[in-house]
Amino acid sequence: MMDKTKIQSGFSSGAKNEPRRIVFITPNASANVMDERGRKVMSYPHLLVREAIVFEVLITAMALVALIWDAPLERLANPLLTPNPAKAPWYFLGLQELLHVFPPFVAGFLIPTLVVVALIVIPYFKVNVEGTPLWSELTSRRFDVVFWVVVVALLIVLVAVDAWTIIFPTVLVVGLLLGLGLSKATTGPICVLRAKPLSWWIMTWFIATAFWLTVVGTFFRGPGWSWVWPWGTHAG
Amino acid sequence: MTTTTMGTSFHSALENLRTTGVWKSIFRSGPAVTNRARSLKVFDNLLLHWLPVKVRENSLGVRATYYLGSLLLFLFIIMAVTGVFLMFYYRPVAPNAYYDMKDLRFVVSNGVFVRNMHRIGAHLMVLLAFWHMVHVFYRGGYKPPREFNWVIGVMLLLLTLSLSYTGYLLPWDQLAFWATTVGSNMISAAPAIGNEVRFVALGGHTVGGNTLLRFYVFHVVILPLLAFLFIGAHLWRVRKDGGLTVGAKDHDGQD
Repeated sequence: MMDKTKIQSGFSSGAKNEPRRIVFITPNASANVMDERGRKVMSYPHLLVREAIVFEVLITAMALVALIWDAPLERLANPLLTPNPAKAPWYFLGLQELLHVFPPFVAGFLIPTLVVVALIVIPYFKVNVEGTPLWSELTSRRFDVVFWVVVVALLIVLVAVDAWTIIFPTVLVVGLLLGLGLSKATTGPICVLRAKPLSWWIMTWFIATAFWLTVVGTFFRGPGWSWVWPWGTHAG
Repeated sequence: MTTTTMGTSFHSALENLRTTGVWKSIFRSGPAVTNRARSLKVFDNLLLHWLPVKVRENSLGVRATYYLGSLLLFLFIIMAVTGVFLMFYYRPVAPNAYYDMKDLRFVVSNGVFVRNMHRIGAHLMVLLAFWHMVHVFYRGGYKPPREFNWVIGVMLLLLTLSLSYTGYLLPWDQLAFWATTVGSNMISAAPAIGNEVRFVALGGHTVGGNTLLRFYVFHVVILPLLAFLFIGAHLWRVRKDGGLTVGAKDHDGQD
């Protein structure tokens, strides 16, 4: 690999500032560059027939479910009769679970805002594109130290605020990361996971946490947001 | 044998129909017997012209995309159709909205079926939108030159959530009322303007008749129109950015 900082240029024409691509074609070689992305087929019919099948499968599955399951309809809305627990739609139950742990400003505003901003900047964040594996020798010692200090600090904060529903998926993901570091495998799924960059691990941790918080909010929370088991017995 | 003959004659009748002047006047192209004609099928058709004429063979496999984007587009169409049907029988007024839901269940022919479809579609759309985003992330589909389409996708996820959330209130039952109350309390957590934003969104200090009307207008006009525009931009950018991500080599950076 050529070191990017050591490009030698024989011209004083500003080639470094305005690089141009130059192609040399020798008389015996073809200018056809091999396309690594596979061959192309006509959209009509190859794509359209598949789209039609997908549509038919979707609408058939939905119609079957609509025949055997009825959308819920409870009693008329009554502002004086608060159900316990009052739950938001399922996709907001992760946030509602966060409200149980953090003050409203953090759970209701700061974290959702940061999540949306983080999602938007993902493609513009350099670390994603470079993608150095966390366990490779390419990461600097300083990076390793900062990374583990952040992880440990996060866990200490979570323990301090009793956020056990967040600690559970966090420990799972960190445990997996540590386990990969100990492994000596050179092939197979472990090796594939070892090659994942920091961005992959942050996203995986975020998805695991969001998924677990939603599951807890949906199935494991009862009156007064206390812990209940989905099969009906109250804990403690 | 009879079936074969009938099938053959039906097929040839269809082929003959395709060569008529009327057919050509509507679809602008004849039978798709050459690749040129197959190309014309796509870019001479208003509903298909945003598709590429050719697609990569390895982007057609189920495991490449799980057809999540297609499913979401189809769901949006199904939601629009079933939603318009429901609008014929629904008044966004408290408490009549609730009685209209009762009528949909017990009086209107197939009312309960269409409402079930709309409800299932709503849950499925949120679920698949999350899955779509996660899948695109793990495939590296956000990398250059597709950065901005990822951002449009994030906007579409937020629009999907907003559509689902505003629709959740419309049945005006206990479930709807208290879910909206819990959700809107989160808005007031925003600093400085939180309470004001909540007041404007609800049309008052608590969820009431004004909220129902506002959520209804957002649910059936403003948010679907925005979603329609963003979906258009999203699909257009998929093509402009070089089609679907087909593998590790399909972007500027390393994987």
